[in-house]
Amino acid sequence: MPRRDDLQKILLIGSGPIVIGQACEFDYSGTQGAKALRQEGYEVILVNSNPATIMTDPQMADRTYVEPLTPEVLERILERERPDAVLPTLGGQTALNLALAMHDRGVLERLGIELIGARVDAIRKAEERELFKQAMEKIGLECARARTCRTVEDAWATAEEIGFPIILRPSLTMGGSGGGIVERREDFDRAIRWAFQQSPVHECLVEESVLGWKEFELEVIRDRADNFAVICTIENFDPMGVHTGDSITVAPAMTLTDREYQRMRDAGRKIITEIGVDTGGSNIQFSVDPKTGRLLVIEMNPRVSRSSALASKATGYPIAKIAAKLAVGYTLDELRNDITGTSAAFEPTIDYVVVKQPRFAFEKFRGADPRLTTQMKSVGESMAIGKTFKEALQKAARSLEIGRDGLSSLLGRVDYRDVRDQLRVLRATGEVVDLVRPLALLGDRPEATTEELREALLEIIRTPLAERLWYVVDAIRVGATEDELYEATWIDRWFLRQLREIVDEERALEATKGRPLAVEELARAKRMGFSDSRIATLRDEPVAAQRESREGAGVERIYARVDTCAAEFVALTPYLYSTWGEQSEAAPTEREKVMILGGGPNRIGQGIEFDYCCVHAAFALQELGYETIMVNCNPETVSTDYDTSDRLYFEPLAFEDVMAIVREEKPKGVIVQLGGQTPLKLAVPLARAGVPILGTSADAIDRAEDRERFDEILEKLGLRRPDGGIARGMTQAFEVAARIGYPVVVRPSYVLGGRAMEIVHSDDELREYFSKALEAVEDAETQTILVDEFLEDAIEVDVDAVCDGKRVVIGGVMQHIEEAGVHSGDSSMVLPAHALPPEVLGAIRSSTRALALELGVVGLMNVQFAVRGSRVFVIEVNPRASRTVPFIGKATGVPLAQIAVKVMAGKTLDELGFTKEPWPQHVAVKESVFPFHKFPGVDTILGPEMRSTGEVMGVGETFPEAFLKAIWATNVDLPRSGRVFLSVRDADKQAACDLGFRLRELGFEVVATGGTREALARNGVEASRVNKVLEGSPHIVDLLRAGDVGMVINTTEGAEAIRDSRSLRRETLLAGIPYFTTVAAASAAVAAIERMAEGPFEVRSLQEYHQNVRFR
Amino acid sequence: MQHAHLVLADGTRFSGTAIGASGETTGEVVFTTGMTGYQEVLTDPSYCGQIVTMTAPQMGNTGVNPEDLEATRPFLSGFVVHELCPAPSSWRATGTLDEYLREHGIVGIAGVDTRAVTRHVRDFGAQMAAIGTADPERLLALAKAAPPMTGRDLTGEVTSAATHEWTEGTGVWGPGPAASPRHHVVALDLGMKRNILRCLVDAGCRVTVVPARTDAATILGLAPDGVFLSNGPGDPAAVGYAIEAVRALLGRVPLFGICLGHQILSLAIGATTYKLKFGHRGLNQPVKDLVTGRIEITTQNHGFAVNVDSLPADAKLTHLHLNDGTCMGIEVPSKRAFSVQYHPEAAAGPHDSRYLFERFVASMERAAA
Repeated sequence: MPRRDDLQKILLIGSGPIVIGQACEFDYSGTQGAKALRQEGYEVILVNSNPATIMTDPQMADRTYVEPLTPEVLERILERERPDAVLPTLGGQTALNLALAMHDRGVLERLGIELIGARVDAIRKAEERELFKQAMEKIGLECARARTCRTVEDAWATAEEIGFPIILRPSLTMGGSGGGIVERREDFDRAIRWAFQQSPVHECLVEESVLGWKEFELEVIRDRADNFAVICTIENFDPMGVHTGDSITVAPAMTLTDREYQRMRDAGRKIITEIGVDTGGSNIQFSVDPKTGRLLVIEMNPRVSRSSALASKATGYPIAKIAAKLAVGYTLDELRNDITGTSAAFEPTIDYVVVKQPRFAFEKFRGADPRLTTQMKSVGESMAIGKTFKEALQKAARSLEIGRDGLSSLLGRVDYRDVRDQLRVLRATGEVVDLVRPLALLGDRPEATTEELREALLEIIRTPLAERLWYVVDAIRVGATEDELYEATWIDRWFLRQLREIVDEERALEATKGRPLAVEELARAKRMGFSDSRIATLRDEPVAAQRESREGAGVERIYARVDTCAAEFVALTPYLYSTWGEQSEAAPTEREKVMILGGGPNRIGQGIEFDYCCVHAAFALQELGYETIMVNCNPETVSTDYDTSDRLYFEPLAFEDVMAIVREEKPKGVIVQLGGQTPLKLAVPLARAGVPILGTSADAIDRAEDRERFDEILEKLGLRRPDGGIARGMTQAFEVAARIGYPVVVRPSYVLGGRAMEIVHSDDELREYFSKALEAVEDAETQTILVDEFLEDAIEVDVDAVCDGKRVVIGGVMQHIEEAGVHSGDSSMVLPAHALPPEVLGAIRSSTRALALELGVVGLMNVQFAVRGSRVFVIEVNPRASRTVPFIGKATGVPLAQIAVKVMAGKTLDELGFTKEPWPQHVAVKESVFPFHKFPGVDTILGPEMRSTGEVMGVGETFPEAFLKAIWATNVDLPRSGRVFLSVRDADKQAACDLGFRLRELGFEVVATGGTREALARNGVEASRVNKVLEGSPHIVDLLRAGDVGMVINTTEGAEAIRDSRSLRRETLLAGIPYFTTVAAASAAVAAIERMAEGPFEVRSLQEYHQNVRFR
Repeated sequence: MQHAHLVLADGTRFSGTAIGASGETTGEVVFTTGMTGYQEVLTDPSYCGQIVTMTAPQMGNTGVNPEDLEATRPFLSGFVVHELCPAPSSWRATGTLDEYLREHGIVGIAGVDTRAVTRHVRDFGAQMAAIGTADPERLLALAKAAPPMTGRDLTGEVTSAATHEWTEGTGVWGPGPAASPRHHVVALDLGMKRNILRCLVDAGCRVTVVPARTDAATILGLAPDGVFLSNGPGDPAAVGYAIEAVRALLGRVPLFGICLGHQILSLAIGATTYKLKFGHRGLNQPVKDLVTGRIEITTQNHGFAVNVDSLPADAKLTHLHLNDGTCMGIEVPSKRAFSVQYHPEAAAGPHDSRYLFERFVASMERAAA
């Protein structure tokens, strides 16, 4: 059954902004899908609100709509484009839900559009719990036994029938609140009553507990001729109870016999057939009782997923690409496996072990519950490939960049007795505490005995936590037995023994202190995944000495290929990983090559934007005729698609690993400025080791980052910066703060994403900050704190520019909508800068040019300015790719990263024909999205510490239109009528009157707190009064809870007012009410509402917008 | 831990540590790419005379258990792994893999760069090799002296000693309860995997297993409704007596052959076989059923193949390997005989091809009608 010729135009739905649970993997799948469909000659229309994606690059599709992913907007796009079909299975849950909405609204039928890749009934059957359960029963498979109950009596009967332990899942509560596990009969009554009380619909699912069971996943694929294949099996290190996205996972499954595995495979085939996924991939999750082997089906996703991206990277089988081709009619046997040239109708087999580890960001969300549950909390992941689980696990741990050298110990750095006590408080009261407190804060305590530590650790590891792996290994180190560990964690004994082997090896290495390592001893440690630095630490020797003796002994890694077939066939695609063995397959070519270092695991502040830049680098260098070599360890990304660069090394971005690749490949140069802080940190050590760094020199990077050296530059150029100074230690910090006056911005030097950056208002706050900040920079030896004047009410501006050393061309000047103080990664921005006087813009441009030339930038540079009145301050300069580079690309059509890379490779801007700043005739707004829904209890106020996970872009003819679209794209709707709450600080009272007036004109009712209401009244704006929370009920939060408010405008000043308004922010978040904390943003929102009232607006593709971009 | 070597007849050496029984062994070095089912591989009699390299790197994770045996004992000559797990984790395990190897006298080697071995076999073909803790030069001499696979009849080493009944089905591991026995099948044991017998029982067959050298008259004397020709080791062309028996059975009774049985049926109808460079061994081999157009992911273990061009006019090609287009199944409709090169009984491997047992039953039913 070949390609369908009855289809010409296919619309692909993307997944929108990066959020927890939906990240770069859908850019990877969407990009693959778009490429595959265009290769087949289809006209491809793409919709996605996320400008940081590769899939939204204008050349990836025939027309690209960066528009809000809402049913209304998608309907308009479908009406405009009239595609023959919509492919919704490559854009995560967002795309599937939108496809269902299009079906339910009758849009597909009305316009005669076919859904390909998944049928509506199949999606429903997979996603709706009851339908899914019925389907499983029909084919003779078991799900966990459960019943939805509405009365205590019914719940009791159900619980008795199922048997304890029982899991309670109250309906429609956020973050699973009110639910949990009930171990004993005597606790059930209280628990079920609480659960009912928490559920707004007084309903609770009473479910059999499979906590502690083994958890497995199958990535399966099926075509319309009913051909079926399992692409990958995945086993979770963490047993049932932890979301698979938060679990350490391993491919292939490690602890199944063939019979057990084939039973699962048979079940997988039955499930995908019964659910009715006719073409494409699915993910199916199973749990297995470790005592009896009983197999339960947990759930299935009828689409590609994070796991399928992982499976693709783990095996080399491009699931999304194949799924796209199956959706347009091909059968598996008609497709080829790119890597081997053999048939795509097969099951990959691998001769290595793959480990994925989640990366968390709890440090960014104080007040978040650190316990891992069935709701995902991690923000990124690393993947590593090794010959054994032990090697892959240690590589993956190093790839996480959380300051752990493999499974290095925390003993002596963390007081586990205190962690246990903190955890007890959390368990007993639900009160969120700092789990791991710095030793300095704990005061003098007698050193814990080994026995005390063992007991504390065995209690701690009962609770799944972000760093449980390290705690388990520490428990082994202090003598916990396998039985004890198993009883505490239910982590399969096989995994526990692997960890013990690692600990045993550590001890063996420690025992070699003071004498040279025998070659065999060294080789054994390296095979287990120990880094040079870890071996050096264990042996108490300098790492350089260790490295030298290793190299002297000729113990070198080899590179093996990921080839889908365990070497049965010759691999045509150089997708490589390092391991230890006899024969290397790297086979470097003689071509001139450039190596690109990627960004590593996603985290807050370093994510898809940097991957976008790295991918663009590969494209640009290929155009120039270079061989491109990508190094990265993040399995979600487009950069780690074997298609993106000429050669892919899936390796940790650590010095040892990168140097080894450099030695193997001998590139002409290495690019470190595109992957964010991760590769940038390697610039100096690589340069010192004689590695040619392309573009801006390591010294220039240092000049921009080192405060004293940077101040010299500013002085030389006559540029202004906020008053401030460097403080070494707390005493100096007080002195600087006293000199410039509070509030001040404080931060450690060398940080990304505003990590540990805060605005402090008093000596007390500064003191508190110090105790926390030192913890935040635990891997940096520096205790140097920068203390700067906080420019209240200033407007921030971001500029991205390219410099070839002689000429500087600005890519875009972006004005922040929020005032200064909000991290640039969190604040919304508009391009072109819509409300800055020409002389200010002129000063910004000339300062940017001067800085680039002075630093000798070759490539990209980002400058952040603050503008107060007509005065322009330089906040910081980063001679590297910034988070806004892809946004500029989408807003203007100028691929800044590609231009920069060509410059790094030696081209001049003149040669490239990029000599003028793009000046769009439309307006683009970038808005951020936040994961606060996942972290109940966290204050949602924005500040200098970045906390957004992703971004969206709204494009329109005018600023209000673009802003409105951006708001919509973040899944927030602005009210058309009803009530708006206004409460502003004194400085904003005048502006509030203007807002109030406009809102009244629009027909809104205004409610305000005392002072604001008086100000409004004085200006003739009618408003009713409502109490602040502190003033007692009925107050504003009561009003919000009652659903009586459609929008909140609340500006505050000072630490106390900020604390007081916390419950207000929390409530608006929970209720999904649009909420603005600055007058600037509120004014933009009101303008957007005014625009809404004027009637509908157009959707338009980027390709159309870009035609109207001028240059000047 | 004792140093050991795997030395190939062409002089290539791989070093590692000794596992399993002590001593030396020789055999044809091959590789198999299945990620599960090492116990089934160990006890598959078709590996008789071979040193099997497992491409999956961590072996022995689930230990050994009595349920997953495909024969009473292992018949292979040697076992090559990257890493051997000393302590298994499985609710069914009754022992460790190393113990099992030792108990059955299988010499093995661990710590080997198995990918390098695999690539060597892939690039230079299967060849004789030796494993042992002795001096590599001595191992090389042993490897060179070992008789090559071509021309070897190994069925005598692996077949049943006497005729016997088989009644066990796949049980809880199968798709459902076995059908009640309606057909009498005589299975010619050339080195048969137990799961074939279990699948026959599941499909409703009463099974009598006969030794490899049983002649056609004796088989027909058992009054079978159909005769099954099993898998087994070695060069099919060397098993003259079985080819002769099959020739005599053709047309008299429905026939179904698997692997070596398939090759023997082909030889019996006048086709020829040849040795593949390194064979097909694994659980992920794609086969297309040319009748239905469906793809099966199959288990394969063969070093010889039937020459498609040599098939006589009354035989037709029914199954094709999607990767290299080799012959995967034939049918002689006029003689109610068919066979496949791969393993529909799986064990280890996917269950995509179980329908072939039903097809055999249907063939017997049509013959009886």
